[in-house]
Amino acid sequence: MNSPPISDCQEDWTTIIKSKSSWFDLPVKELWQFRNLIKLFVWRDFVVQYKQTILGPLWHVLQPLFTTLIFTLVFGKIANLSTDGIPQFLFYMLGIVLWTYFSNCLTKTSDTFITHSVIFEKVYFPRLSIPISILISNLISFCVQFALFMVVLCMFYVKGVEVRINSCILITPLLMLLLAGLSLGCGIIITSLTTKYRDLRYLITFGVQLLMFATPVIYPVSLVPDKLKPFIMLNPVTPVMETFRYAILGAGTVDIRHLIYTALITIAVLFFGSLLFTKVERTFVDTV
Amino acid sequence: MSDIAIQIDNLSKVYKKGTISSRTFNDDVKRFFARLKAQPDPLSKVDEERFGIQQNGYLWALKNINLKVKQGTVLGIVGKNGVGKSTLLKIISKITAPTEGEVKIKGRVASLLEVGTGFHPDLTGRENLYLNGAILGMSKAEIDTKLDEIIEFSGVREFIETPVKRYSSGMRVRLAFAIAAHLEPEILLVDEVLAVGDVSFQKKCLGKIGDIVKQGRTVLIVSHNLGLIRDLCDECILLHEGQIVEQGVTADVVSKYLALTTIQGSNKSAKFWPNQNDAPGSDEMRLNSIQISDENLSMPDSYDSGLAIQIEIDFNVLTELRGMRFVIRFITCDGHVAFASTDHNIRDNELKTGNYKSVCTIPPNLLNQGEYLVRVSADIPGVKVIIIDNELLSFTVFNSGTHGSHFPENWPGIVAPRLQWETKSVD
Repeated sequence: MNSPPISDCQEDWTTIIKSKSSWFDLPVKELWQFRNLIKLFVWRDFVVQYKQTILGPLWHVLQPLFTTLIFTLVFGKIANLSTDGIPQFLFYMLGIVLWTYFSNCLTKTSDTFITHSVIFEKVYFPRLSIPISILISNLISFCVQFALFMVVLCMFYVKGVEVRINSCILITPLLMLLLAGLSLGCGIIITSLTTKYRDLRYLITFGVQLLMFATPVIYPVSLVPDKLKPFIMLNPVTPVMETFRYAILGAGTVDIRHLIYTALITIAVLFFGSLLFTKVERTFVDTV
Repeated sequence: MSDIAIQIDNLSKVYKKGTISSRTFNDDVKRFFARLKAQPDPLSKVDEERFGIQQNGYLWALKNINLKVKQGTVLGIVGKNGVGKSTLLKIISKITAPTEGEVKIKGRVASLLEVGTGFHPDLTGRENLYLNGAILGMSKAEIDTKLDEIIEFSGVREFIETPVKRYSSGMRVRLAFAIAAHLEPEILLVDEVLAVGDVSFQKKCLGKIGDIVKQGRTVLIVSHNLGLIRDLCDECILLHEGQIVEQGVTADVVSKYLALTTIQGSNKSAKFWPNQNDAPGSDEMRLNSIQISDENLSMPDSYDSGLAIQIEIDFNVLTELRGMRFVIRFITCDGHVAFASTDHNIRDNELKTGNYKSVCTIPPNLLNQGEYLVRVSADIPGVKVIIIDNELLSFTVFNSGTHGSHFPENWPGIVAPRLQWETKSVD
């Protein structure tokens, strides 16, 4: 045997598997050890998406453009909804790009356990690396789409539209962090619950679609009747949407208290989510 | 004391039987309200009577397992299906958590039980190789240095840039095994994966596992292939109904396992079914008895290899049967089929209803000394199986003839036939 002598066996265990986990046990260190895996998952998400497609990554750009076009046509030209004086195309496009990030993160993370059950049953790696890789790969496509939005914005500027980017743009990274945290938190709560109750899977697919209408994506908060406003503001995505829009396009309802509300909700959801997730991941293979 | 790689203390695992989804929400709500009222969990029957194997919808897959595995040991885990072998490996590899107890591990654990999972069909062989390596816990640098070796081992070099979905299943398995085999964990778990690929690849895999064993790593192997267990393992544990019932040197545990799987009862060389309803068979045919005797028709505990041994099957034909045959398999105590035999005449015969006896005679001086299990099956080839192959009898052979007197040592081989030899001067 060529293993080095071990002085004190009681102290040297690399892993201790217990029947009960401590009540809050985030495997941060382990996730760091597996950062290469997270990187590869992100890479896989991208590569796989465009295998056997002709347009490849161009779809990243086409998707928001077409959706914006349709939204402009339907909600702008036909329904004639107000956009706070912002050019309709810009208004819808920013909303769509942001909403796409949130909804993609949410729907995909909420399916973590079920889509990956086969691999989870066979091999151990920190389960959280899957939702985290989902956040990152969606963040990359968000960046691409946001860059595209900026190009469109420049085109409008060249055509003489006033651009009202302001100092609030400095907090947009923070806004993205809130959006990411919120979707991750909700996603891992839902995926933890779906291991037992599959119903949630069906709920989430149309729930997210409906949630878009409860979020100021296609309309500004200023358009919402006063009676309904409190309900719209209850949605923690609303302040993020409005502030982001204000930062780039210069119109929107911004209130620091609303942002603090969103931040608190995000922290709560993340905390509760990781609690549930780390509890469920230990035995979910027995129930899935 | 200091060289223990895995220490398992009081490990238990409970599974809930039946469907999980239908009533659980209901149960959860009940539990929740009970907790609110500070009442004991209304559905917990596990804690109350934890020392029964199955009760009220719960199954103890593992019960109170205590085990220490020294570094460098190759430990075989044997047992019938569903006794918790795979569950044990799943807990050690952190796939599922135990219900009670704990496992302490020194070193990196990798398992060969996940061959090919995590392959993405759209990615090429090379891409999958990196991904799968990372899933199994290899760093990028590690994969980079071993890349060539892995591709070489898998034998799919020409297709390494082809999406895995175009691979044959054999190629996929080979690639997957190649990755897993090049992990260098301190502790390797192997769960019945060696039944993959063609014969030459299996040989390669066995060689690789042999290498890993030689490097002084700790290996845990679950397998029904007792020959493999015997070749590779230093020590074995025998699991039965979630508990370790035997632990020790491989040969002892394996024979204990075989004893466990054969009939339990005092007289192993004869079996009678006085009640026809319990007898093996079907509506067409049922057994009355099976007996082993030597050519003098006495039924000793062990048989002289110098005498013929007879196996007599007494059966009732209930409806007219055509082409039925019995197949008798003789199994050595380490699990190899020594040989199988059938009556070649009975196959074309038509059997009218009535009572029959078939006798199979093993000629003298054929079997080696040792214990043999007898398995009997009956079928109409290509039409139907009447009695599935199961272990019914066993007998022991001792040598008193030529081998016994001239070569008292253990004679190698499954059989020890007396063959014709001639030595003459050629001057």
